[in-house]
Amino acid sequence: MKILIDHGRIIDPANDIDRVGSVYIKHGKIVSVTDEPAGFKPDTVINAENQIVCPGFIDLSARLRDMGHSRKATFKSEVLAAAAAGVTTLCLQPDTVPVIDTPAVVELIKELAEKARYPQIYAVGALTQKLEGAELSSMLSLKQAGCIAVGNANQPVKNLLILRRAMEYAASHDLLLMFRSNDFWLGNNGCAHEGAVATRYGLPSIPEAAETIALAQCLELAELTGCRVHFGQLSCKRSVIKIHQAKKYGLKVSADVAIHQLHLTENDMTPFDSAYHVLPPLRTEDDKHYLRQGLAGTTINSICSDHQPHDLDAKLGAFPETEPGISSLETLLPLMLKLVAQHAITLEQGIACLSANPARVLRLNSGALTPGFSADVCIFDPELEWQVNSENWKSQGVNTPFWGQALKGRVTHTLQAGKIIHRLF
Amino acid sequence: MTDNLQLNAEGKLKHFLTIEGLSKALLTEILDTAESFAGMSEHQVKKVPLLRGKTIVNLFFENSTRTRTTFELAATRLSADVINMNIATSATSKGESLLDTIRNLEAMFVDMFVVRHALSGAAHFIAQQTAPHISVINAGDGQHAHPTQAMLDMFTIRQLKPDFSSLRVAIIGDILHSRVARSEIQALNTLGAAEVRVIAPKTLLPAHVESLGVNVSHNLNEGLKDIDVVMMLRLQKERMSSALLPSESEYFKCFGLTEEKLKIAKPDAIVMHPGPINRGVEIDSKVADGPQSVILKQVSNGIAVRMAVMAMAMQTAAPAPGRFSGIHTIPGDKSGVA
Repeated sequence: MKILIDHGRIIDPANDIDRVGSVYIKHGKIVSVTDEPAGFKPDTVINAENQIVCPGFIDLSARLRDMGHSRKATFKSEVLAAAAAGVTTLCLQPDTVPVIDTPAVVELIKELAEKARYPQIYAVGALTQKLEGAELSSMLSLKQAGCIAVGNANQPVKNLLILRRAMEYAASHDLLLMFRSNDFWLGNNGCAHEGAVATRYGLPSIPEAAETIALAQCLELAELTGCRVHFGQLSCKRSVIKIHQAKKYGLKVSADVAIHQLHLTENDMTPFDSAYHVLPPLRTEDDKHYLRQGLAGTTINSICSDHQPHDLDAKLGAFPETEPGISSLETLLPLMLKLVAQHAITLEQGIACLSANPARVLRLNSGALTPGFSADVCIFDPELEWQVNSENWKSQGVNTPFWGQALKGRVTHTLQAGKIIHRLF
Repeated sequence: MTDNLQLNAEGKLKHFLTIEGLSKALLTEILDTAESFAGMSEHQVKKVPLLRGKTIVNLFFENSTRTRTTFELAATRLSADVINMNIATSATSKGESLLDTIRNLEAMFVDMFVVRHALSGAAHFIAQQTAPHISVINAGDGQHAHPTQAMLDMFTIRQLKPDFSSLRVAIIGDILHSRVARSEIQALNTLGAAEVRVIAPKTLLPAHVESLGVNVSHNLNEGLKDIDVVMMLRLQKERMSSALLPSESEYFKCFGLTEEKLKIAKPDAIVMHPGPINRGVEIDSKVADGPQSVILKQVSNGIAVRMAVMAMAMQTAAPAPGRFSGIHTIPGDKSGVA
């Protein structure tokens, strides 16, 4: 199977390419983005005129539900959403039901991914057994079964001694730790940012310190243990400053931010609208500003969707009792483009944050249109306007604060390992 | 959205969920309407037929005696039929069960829900979800709002000190967890009080509390200076076990209102408390039962204010002040004569 993507504006940050041209694909691999290979006769030609051709997106944090939570979503429904979002690789957080803490569960996930015809789902193994934060998981077995990293999802590790040992053990097997910074006790079962809005509405709140203290502790342990750490879903200014300082100091750490944190703040929360119930909570304008700056200055090198689809019932109730999370795969690209339109980042930076940079975090040979790499390609029309509604939506979770809004920029084709897994028209 | 949800197209009260977003004129209308009902309780016949044929459900997901009783009395005096439902709430109770409860009661053709719930936003949620003809009155949701309590307190203050613009009001105690405090602050600021001051240790104040439009003091002796109205809040026992305070006795020593401390406030200051009182914890019995206390007046006024809010939310024309002075014979109202 040979595919030619013709006349598109190719943006490939890893290879420093931004020009109109053609991409040649053969047997699931990129063959060339410059010259036509000798005797190349494509079976399929995709006309990408006035569109942007870039590496397929790599999402560092998503939940697909299924298994224990199939009423919320299934692999089948969510891989369609991922494909429609231009996402060709995604990392599944370990807080599935059952938890990803044994090779058998990793195998089950691979099987579900194959069945859903979307093989590039990487499981993040649990750092501790059952995510209980008390005993180490069999990290080496998890790695051998295919886990790309380890983490404790949003669950706390009981104490710093256990975290230290887990990080030492992970480092022994050269495993990446994906860490969501949150001090459970300081979080105090809150559901909103500790600020003026939560105070006005009487909502149990989470201070920034819940994030920054956990982050600072983990940074210290990263130095002590030599463990590679990726900090997921930063939400506040002081976290950005801390990561910036740590990198300057020479620690091998990286960080991402969930796309909605770059657009929404506590002030956007319509009183008690559960669509805005998300963890970490939406914080202030100042925090948003720093997160954007962190992205522009590469302190934060990746954007993730932090996709969390829910059933309707999960979001029906008094705000504190509703479940946190946003179904966010399909708004990932238009919201990234909005950052570009608002001059927060360049288009090239935006694409890099969704492809080359997360690939580097995961040490994957992808996220670029390099000859020999798997042909994971996203083609999108940056000007195409569309409305977030049930007609255009693939995810089973409709829990998004952007529901009903008109957004600009839409994926027209997605190729995963040379296979067209999404075609808009 | 808060304001839109509460008001109908003509800007009249449809639900009463929070003080936030309501105008001074509307709050004054509530107080004036309550005034017209206030004399009624002392009459032999305590009923008017304004809500005859209407069904009101007191939907209490959290325990309450005083609030529920005054709501019930208020509804009965408006000749409505009242159903009391005490639904014990558990930590695992989910939105669907709340919604299912509402749907089931809707199917029984009720006209109004009076809701108390342990979670902030519960009354908003019900108002959003319920059938359009049903009014929702918030009788306290989590740490968010308790607007009828605030209005009955404004009513009590106005009876004794009619000019809000000259009033300095101190609210003392657990502001962090208090829906009453939030609603009082909003009502006082909307009605134009000269100053609202909160007095509490930092552990009992929410973040950015000054953004609510208050001055902050951590010291009762300093905070009570020049104060016209002293509002005490109830201290829940669990505040000690959650490490917010060391002990009841230390709290009383710092923030308990005694006769001596009350002397720091203006000589004609009044003392209020939403009840139930913890004697010897936040307030000394001598003050609670003393000449400056208006605590029981607050309870009595609760009925008139709740009648006013219910009548207004059901779009019943508010009676002109004094109309019910000769209430013994209301044509057609046989229900109250028995």
